Amino acid sequence: MVRHPSRIKRTPYTLQHMERRKFLKNVSASTALVGLGGFSLQSCALKAKKKITILHTNDVHSHIDAFPKDHSQFPGLGGLAKRASLVDWIRKENTNTLLFDAGDIFQGTPYFNFYGGELEFKLMSMLKYDAATIGNHDFDNGINGLYAQLPHATFELINANYDFSNTVLDGHIKPYKTYLVDDIKVGVYGVGIELEGLVTKALYKETGYLNPYEIAIDTEKTLKHTEQCDIIVCLSHLGYQYQNIRRPYDLELASKTKYTDLIIGGHTHTFLDTPTIVKNGASRNVLVNQVGCFGVNLGRIDFYFDNQKNLAASGVSIKV
Amino acid sequence: MILKIKHFVAIITIEIFSACQNQPQSLSEIKAKQLPISDSISDNAAIEAFVRPYRKRIDAVLDSTLAFASKPISKEDGYYNSTAGNLMADIVLQQASPIFKQRTGKEIDFVLLNHGGIRSVISEGPVSARTAYEVMPFENSIAVVELSGQSILALIDYLIASKRAHPVSGIQVVLNKNDELHSLKIGGKAFDINQHYWVATSDYLTNGGDSMVFFKDALNITTVDYLIRNALIDYFKRVDTLAPIIDDRFYKIE
Repeated sequence: MVRHPSRIKRTPYTLQHMERRKFLKNVSASTALVGLGGFSLQSCALKAKKKITILHTNDVHSHIDAFPKDHSQFPGLGGLAKRASLVDWIRKENTNTLLFDAGDIFQGTPYFNFYGGELEFKLMSMLKYDAATIGNHDFDNGINGLYAQLPHATFELINANYDFSNTVLDGHIKPYKTYLVDDIKVGVYGVGIELEGLVTKALYKETGYLNPYEIAIDTEKTLKHTEQCDIIVCLSHLGYQYQNIRRPYDLELASKTKYTDLIIGGHTHTFLDTPTIVKNGASRNVLVNQVGCFGVNLGRIDFYFDNQKNLAASGVSIKV
Repeated sequence: MILKIKHFVAIITIEIFSACQNQPQSLSEIKAKQLPISDSISDNAAIEAFVRPYRKRIDAVLDSTLAFASKPISKEDGYYNSTAGNLMADIVLQQASPIFKQRTGKEIDFVLLNHGGIRSVISEGPVSARTAYEVMPFENSIAVVELSGQSILALIDYLIASKRAHPVSGIQVVLNKNDELHSLKIGGKAFDINQHYWVATSDYLTNGGDSMVFFKDALNITTVDYLIRNALIDYFKRVDTLAPIIDDRFYKIE
């Protein structure tokens, strides 16, 4: 599960190195062909391959500080200040980076009990999170408690299957959001777990729950056909998998959807050795990922785009 | 001649540029990995500086000594009742009774919590608010449930069957050597099946937690809006020493 840190540091160097070699090859070819015109060919060649990096966390549960070095389960792991360094460093390597969270931002350390989530939202804003979905514990100070923290978030809270129309959150939570990154359109939608039986009714009040499978299928259609997205990401707080098939979960969601490329999950605090590849409703391989809990890991998914003539006949290759 | 070359370059440039624009981009490859946030990564100084005053305030509040534990207090040190369970149930009874009485005019008859709800031992030495957070990290409030005499018997059956030292206070359960109920006293008086009783517990349990199904038959539930953790903290502030003992509130005649 835990990769040696030195390996993370080497990886981008290798990637950059490879890109540069390809770039040099293209430059020399174009120079030979058209002389001065080579300059424009160069920029064209550079644009041939694009990379969108998606970073993600889930179930951080107010773990703002790193675990102590003598912690039995997560010695020295986690911490917002370290996550910030890693995110900064990845953004320097690839400016075309998005950062998401799959919910349960709140509850788990005295930071939440003392400040009600203010610090969590302020720090996520400092890390330039782009969006997060809502977990069951994000209702722990009531729907009013969540509403009160919204001014501290510069990122978007997204959920498509909660009906907030009879609550204070009405109009504040978007079903999805799109981002234009290096001319690649990324669409992100959110789905949340059934609150009844999990959260006291007095906390979530009149929040309605709609079937996440049906809503996901509707929302991904909108993102594909109306919004014309190139990548579709689902932020899910449903949970990775359950034995009880009546409880919706991520693996099943992946097999039912047709346009969703990546499900970033949460709730079950699932540590995966590698992201799971699932055949979706259109028999295409898609990814389901979750990175445990408490901010001890950061998930990273790189999407590469190429000119169609360079594409392999076998379709999209997924390396996990 | 010079002019012609310039034209040639311009045309080539435009053509190549437009060819470049027209080439549609498609997803070709996805690479995924997990990066551990390990302690070899340095702290972002701005984030660390931003968190520091919040952390300082929390530490100041949580780490000031409120009381002393004269010995380690654990939920594992007794079979039918434990020091930690007795302490917690007694605290809930003492702290919630005046509030409940003021609000409803009624008395709490006894307390039942769950063994699993005690999340940490209390070590010998200084006891702080942080101790209360460790013992009770959840945001569970005290709820007072009205139960019929019949439901009380279901509660006792649950206690006997669970074989765990669920915290109780204000009640005495004595089992015979066949693990059957020998005697039951509530508030020092013999149990009366025709009477209703007010049981203080956690709202987690009244909502179905730990399979305490007898709470489903509650005749009435009053939420006290008092976090169990805050009851612990208030009690720690009120007393100097914590010295709970294993006693005869729940035992078996051997």
